[in-house]
Amino acid sequence: MKPIELLQPASGALDLEILGLSKHFGDVAALDDVSLHIPAGSFHALLGENGAGKSTLVKCLVGYYTADKGTVLVDQREVEIPTPREASKLGIGMVYQHFTLVPSMTVAENLVIARGALPALLNWREERARLAAFMETLPFKLPLDKPAGGLAAGEKQKVEIIKQLYLQRRLLILDEPTSVLTLDEADEALGLIKQLARNQQLSVLIITHKFREVSAYADAVTVLRRGRYAGHGKVAELTVDQMAEMMVGSAVARDAAPRANRPAIPEGAARLRIQQLTALGDHGLPVLKNIDLSVYPGEILGIAGVSGNGQKALIEVLIGQREKSGGKVQVHGKDYSGRRAELALCKVNSLPEEPLRNACVGNLSVADNLALRNYDQPPLARSGWINWRALRAQAKTYVENFRIKTDGIDAKIQTLSGGNVQRAVLARELSHPVDLLIVANPVFGLDFNAVAETHSRLLAARAQGTAILLVSEDLDELLELSDRIVVMSEGEIVFEVDAAHADIRELGRHMAGSHALAEATA
Amino acid sequence: MLTKRLDRWLPLMESVGIPIAALLLAMLIFAIFVAIIGQSPATVFYLLYQGGFGSAFAWQNSLLRAAPLILTGLAVAIPAQAGMVIIGGEGALALGALAGAVAGVALSGLPPHGVQAGILFAGMLGGGVWIGLSGWLRHYRGVNETISSLLLSYIGIALLNHFVEGPLKDPASLNKPSTRPIGDVNMIGNLPGMEVHYGLLFGALFALVTWIALRFTTIGFSLRIVGGNPRAAQMAGLRVGWWVVGAAAMGGAAAGMAGAIEVAAVQGAANASVLAGYGYAGILVAFIARQNPLAVIPVAILLGGINAAGGILQRRLDMPDATVLVLQGIAFVVIIASETLSGRLRVWRSTPAPVKPAIPATGASV
Ligand SMILES: Nc1ncnc2c1ncn2[C@@H]1O[C@H](COP(=O)(O)OP(=O)(O)OP(=O)(O)O)[C@@H](O)[C@H]1O
Ligand SMILES: [Mg+2]
Repeated sequence: MKPIELLQPASGALDLEILGLSKHFGDVAALDDVSLHIPAGSFHALLGENGAGKSTLVKCLVGYYTADKGTVLVDQREVEIPTPREASKLGIGMVYQHFTLVPSMTVAENLVIARGALPALLNWREERARLAAFMETLPFKLPLDKPAGGLAAGEKQKVEIIKQLYLQRRLLILDEPTSVLTLDEADEALGLIKQLARNQQLSVLIITHKFREVSAYADAVTVLRRGRYAGHGKVAELTVDQMAEMMVGSAVARDAAPRANRPAIPEGAARLRIQQLTALGDHGLPVLKNIDLSVYPGEILGIAGVSGNGQKALIEVLIGQREKSGGKVQVHGKDYSGRRAELALCKVNSLPEEPLRNACVGNLSVADNLALRNYDQPPLARSGWINWRALRAQAKTYVENFRIKTDGIDAKIQTLSGGNVQRAVLARELSHPVDLLIVANPVFGLDFNAVAETHSRLLAARAQGTAILLVSEDLDELLELSDRIVVMSEGEIVFEVDAAHADIRELGRHMAGSHALAEATA
Repeated sequence: MLTKRLDRWLPLMESVGIPIAALLLAMLIFAIFVAIIGQSPATVFYLLYQGGFGSAFAWQNSLLRAAPLILTGLAVAIPAQAGMVIIGGEGALALGALAGAVAGVALSGLPPHGVQAGILFAGMLGGGVWIGLSGWLRHYRGVNETISSLLLSYIGIALLNHFVEGPLKDPASLNKPSTRPIGDVNMIGNLPGMEVHYGLLFGALFALVTWIALRFTTIGFSLRIVGGNPRAAQMAGLRVGWWVVGAAAMGGAAAGMAGAIEVAAVQGAANASVLAGYGYAGILVAFIARQNPLAVIPVAILLGGINAAGGILQRRLDMPDATVLVLQGIAFVVIIASETLSGRLRVWRSTPAPVKPAIPATGASV
């Protein structure tokens, strides 16, 4: 790789020290006396369970929240970061789990306007030349003239990272940046950042739930537990189990359910049958082309594929967020269109990805959101009248059973940590018997305990005869959970295999698409 | 624990406190305005009070104006539950008046109660279809409902004028073109013991029923889901389009009913006099009431009072009676500006309010 001259900022990586940071929300201590130190050029990982306070900590660093107590030192000098502007001036930048690009603007425009203080009249030729020179230094190419809205998730996240590099940040904060990326994309992005850190151009603070990324890229870790400092150390001197132990405060047992002990799939008619399903994407082009699928009771059908190959559209059609343009969807042998009455009758539930966007109403309370499925059924409602007491009782039960960390059931669900929103949806969708479950990337943003718990809940539902359609970008997850795996590519099902005999490389080849397959066989 | 109890009341304090503070600020600005044009603010406020609520007569005047204001306030507040900002109440009121007048004439001969019911129903239908159209345009054609409702409102007003001065004009109405009168026997009478017609009761009932439906039934719950996040609503199996159009139509029906009541209780026929700006004032009512249908009732009475006091300002101080419109205008701007404060006021919180991470550091994008 070429050296990255253009990124040579005046001062390079910065040294960050946090002392005794505290932050309360009402009665909740999201952060309590947390300290950490990131030497210049270090790649530092922040670990902790869902709701441990990781996002809160970094939001204090970039000025979205103001800490109640504590000191932040940049290059040993005390600084105040009351608003994002000060963070920006200090050279602290952040990449989020969600995207902040303007969808209607091109990638180039997005990068240029990110610079903030722009002259009244832009010299586009000059800007483009600068951008082009900058892009030369990058290990991957970006479609500069495409509207950001048309990019796949992986590409968008790369643009977000590139944007921060373009802004010549001295400290880059990443809050679960790779949950929407494939393994290769994540390695590409993190590899680039790691290199910049090694060259003393950047210091990095990354929040992640993936130990793989910690072991591969981080120099040191700091662990939070329930808002408090719970330990730190050099990655080279820690095992994964030791880190996990720091996170939960006790020894952890981590084991996957052995495939052999699974109950067999009972004989029976297909619970979900999809025939010749077609659908159009946002730009009017076909995204689903004649999909044929069946899912049987007590079976987990895994759908593999590189993101952006129609899996998302398939889920959207199945949960009623996209119109189909042709074909048939049948549940229990009857045509199914996802209306509320059918959902209740056929016991169809779903765990879509990005739960806050797809499955929750952010400004309604936790209790209301937990009732989204059954607010119009007894005992929560009788002949149209809502029984608020029953609704609140249900919420309390769910919060307890699924250990959802929230400031009470009346808190707006958007104030919950990412993992706890996911947990709330899980509680809502899995607390009653389910006949058909539509699932997409169910463990995005969950800590390792919650991942194991979610997986075992899915397997428990399967054991009770639920038919599960599982879309996941994580092949390991698919291999661990599924009974059958199909691969989607360019809107079509291109491959099907019994999960017990699936080979990860073969799956990968089919995921890569037809030309790659042709090359491999040629 | 004190902070705990405080937190419990925060939402209420915020939703009552902010509009009241905004109204006080508006009155302050108005006082400055009054002083600049050379009048004593104290006298003006005293007269406003006198003209609105200072006597039984003033109260009656205020309540008469409150009746349509409640309904036009609902025309904004009901669609707001589904996430829409509708400002076309005046046009829906116009069409409601027209439809009500036509129905009144067509049904004459039936028992008066039947005619009255027919007038109200026709008015609701007229207004409901009109604003329902805005909802339809928004959901199925992606047209901004605020703009479409305003444009439709102009068309509605023009339709009323056209029919009143043209095809439906009563030849006997010479100096004030009107439709044919619905007949004295069919007029809606006054509430027992008051000089205020039944329209006030109908409006208040409409508001009360709406509030109950929103607060205690699955209808309100569904609407909040649709308004809060359409994608989640789709996932929950709700027909988003149906709810959006329905909420818009219900709002339109309220404004249409206001028009029909103006015809059946005040004017006796449809004419340009029904267009007294109630549709626009209703926007202010709904925003001060923070889109709460129950709060719409007292706010409408308050604004009805301010409206009613316009005359007394003119008579006593020789100020133009549009002066009260200045107050309303100021209040509107201040109220809209104060909307952005909710959830962010530090004094209301035991800890500093979080700033929503919506605007990234660079100010680049959303
Ligand atoms: N704006 C807010 N209002 C109230 N409580 C909040 C707010 N933001 C965060 N919290 C609470 O603070 C705690 C820490 O949340 P935070 O988002 O920092 O967790 P996290 O470590 O990032 O978890 P995750 O891994 O699930 O993203 C949680 O209990 C959360 O409910
Ligand atoms: Mg988080």
